[in-house]
Amino acid sequence: MSVLVDIRHRLGDFAIDARFESAGRLTVLFGPSGSGKTTLINMIAGLIRPDKGRIEADGRVLVDTAKGIFAPKHKRRIGMVFQDARLFPHMSVASNLRYGRWFTPASERYADMDAVVELLGIGPLLGRRPAKLSGGEKQRVAIGRALLASPRLLLMDEPLASLDEARKAEILPYIERLRDETRIPIVYVSHSIAEVARLASDVVMLAQGKVVASGPTVEVMQRLDLLPAEERGEGGAVLDTNVLRHDEAFGMTVLGSAAGEIRVPGLAVTAGAPVRIRIRARDVMIATERPSGLSALNILSGTIVSISPGEGPSVEVGIDCNGATVLARITEQSRHALRLRLGGQVFAVIKTVSFDSANTSAGLPLEADG
Amino acid sequence: MNWLLDLTPDEWNAVRLSIKVATVAMLASLPPGIAIALLLARGSFWGKTLLNGLVHLPLILPPVVTGYLLLLTFGKRGPAGAFLAEHFGIVFSFRWTGAALACGVMGFPLMVRAIRLSIEAVDRKMEAAAGTLGANPLWVFGTITLPLILPGLIAGAILSFAKAMGEFGATITFVSNIPNETQTLPSAIYTFTQVPGGDDGALRLTLISIVISMAALVASEVLARRVGRRMDIE
Repeated sequence: MSVLVDIRHRLGDFAIDARFESAGRLTVLFGPSGSGKTTLINMIAGLIRPDKGRIEADGRVLVDTAKGIFAPKHKRRIGMVFQDARLFPHMSVASNLRYGRWFTPASERYADMDAVVELLGIGPLLGRRPAKLSGGEKQRVAIGRALLASPRLLLMDEPLASLDEARKAEILPYIERLRDETRIPIVYVSHSIAEVARLASDVVMLAQGKVVASGPTVEVMQRLDLLPAEERGEGGAVLDTNVLRHDEAFGMTVLGSAAGEIRVPGLAVTAGAPVRIRIRARDVMIATERPSGLSALNILSGTIVSISPGEGPSVEVGIDCNGATVLARITEQSRHALRLRLGGQVFAVIKTVSFDSANTSAGLPLEADG
Repeated sequence: MNWLLDLTPDEWNAVRLSIKVATVAMLASLPPGIAIALLLARGSFWGKTLLNGLVHLPLILPPVVTGYLLLLTFGKRGPAGAFLAEHFGIVFSFRWTGAALACGVMGFPLMVRAIRLSIEAVDRKMEAAAGTLGANPLWVFGTITLPLILPGLIAGAILSFAKAMGEFGATITFVSNIPNETQTLPSAIYTFTQVPGGDDGALRLTLISIVISMAALVASEVLARRVGRRMDIE
C-alpha cells in the first residue's frame, strides 16, 4: 500500500507544489500552520480539486488532471477524521458509527463493529447523542465511524489539535493501537513534534507549500533546521529501542538501543516491548572525556558527524553513537572551549529524568514495520 | 355556548373545505419549496435575483392582482390552464383545486424563506464528512441535509398552512365564492357580513378560524421543540 501525491495548486497568494510518496504504516504530514498540509490531505480525500497533478492510493489513480480523472469523494473509500470530529448531531453514536457501512459494498466490508467499538473503548457511548460527549470521546467515535466504512486509507487531520493535554493523552494510545493492530495505512496531519515522534513511521515535512524532507521518522527528525520555529526547542533525535529489563529497586526501565543502554523512568511495559524515545537536543550535554562524579545516568560514546548553527548563540551537534545519531544543542562558546570538530570522539550525557510521557512512548513493532 | 357549536351544514362545509385546501396547498408547495430554497441558498447562477423576486412577488402584490394573474394563466382559457386540462384533466377554475393553488402560491414566499434560512444554517462540513463515508450527493441530502433542516421545514409548512387558512383576495378573484366548492372560511365570513342577520355566523366562523390557527401554531411549536431536543445542535 502506498500513497503518491504530486500536485500543484494555487489558493490566492498561496501556492502549493508538493510531491511525495509513502508506503509507511502511519505517515505524518508535518509542518507549521499555513504550510499546506491540510490542503494536501483534503485533496487526497477528494474535498479539494487540485489545479494540476496526480494522486494515487493503493495503485488506484484518484486524480490525474492530465487525463481528466477526478474520483468523487464518495467513491474513493478513503476515511477521514476531521479536527472538529463532525459527528452527525441528529444521530446517536451507534448510528454515526454505522453510517459508512451502508455505502460500502458487502464484499469490501472488513471492519467489524464489535472489534472497532472494543479497539476504541466506545461501548458505553453507543446510545448517546454526540452533543453529550466530551471532546475526546467525540474524536474516538469519529475515528470509529471512519474505520467502519472499511476504508482503503485513513486520513486524520490534526485529530488532537482542539483537545487539551489530558484528552490528547487519552486518545494517543488508541491511535497507536490503530497503527499497530489494523492493516489500514494512515496519513496524519500534525504540527506537533511530540505527535510525530510518537506516532509516525514516516514523515513528510512541509514548509510554505513545498516538501522539504520526507522519509523514515528517525531520519527526518534529524533535520532540526527544518522544524517550525515554535517547535524547534522540542526537536531532537528519535530512537527506536526495546525494553531490556526493569530496575525495580530504583523504579527505572533500561532500554536497549544501537547507541547503548538508556535508562528512563519506569515504564509499564513488558521486557522486549518496543519503545520509541525522543531525546531533545537541549537535554543532551557533551563531554570530551567519560565523565565521573556526575548524576546523569546515560553516557553514550560516539563520534561527531555534524555541526550546524542553531538559533541564537547555539550550535547543533550530531553524534553518531554506534549507528544511532544523537543530537545535542550546546552554545557556540562551549564548542570553542571543548574544541569540538567533525570526527572528534565525545560522550553524550542525558539525564534519566529528562524522559517523560511526552517523549517516551510505545514504539512501532519492529518486525511488522512496512 | 350552544350557538357556538351549532354550525349549519354550509358552515361545516366551509371549515372542512378550508382545512382541505390549506393542507393540500401546504403539501403540494413543499417539494417545489425545498427545491427553490436549495437553489436560492446554494446555487449561483444567472437570474438568481430574478428568481428570488419572482418567488416574493405574491408577498408584495395586492392579492387581487395575484388572483387575476392566476385566472389569466390557469383559467379555462389561460395557456397553463388549457394545457393542464387537456393533457392531465386537471381543472383549476372554479374548483377547490384552484383555491388550493391560489393559497399555495400566496404562502409560497413564506415557506421558501423559512426553508432557505435553515438550509443556509446547515454546516456544509457535515455534508463533506458524509461524502467521505461513501454517501453520494443524493444520500447526503436525504440523510444529513434534510434531517438538519427539519425545524425550518416544519416552520415553513406551518406558515404556508396558516397563510392558506387566511387567504381571501387571490382565492375569491381566481375561483370565486361557491359554497361547497371554493367557499373557504374567509369567503364564508365575508358572505355572512354581506347579508342581514349574518353576524352570528360570522362570529362563529371567526372563532373557529382563531382556534384552528392557534392549534396549528401550537402543533408547530411542539414539533419544533421535539425535533430540536432530538438534535441538540452543538
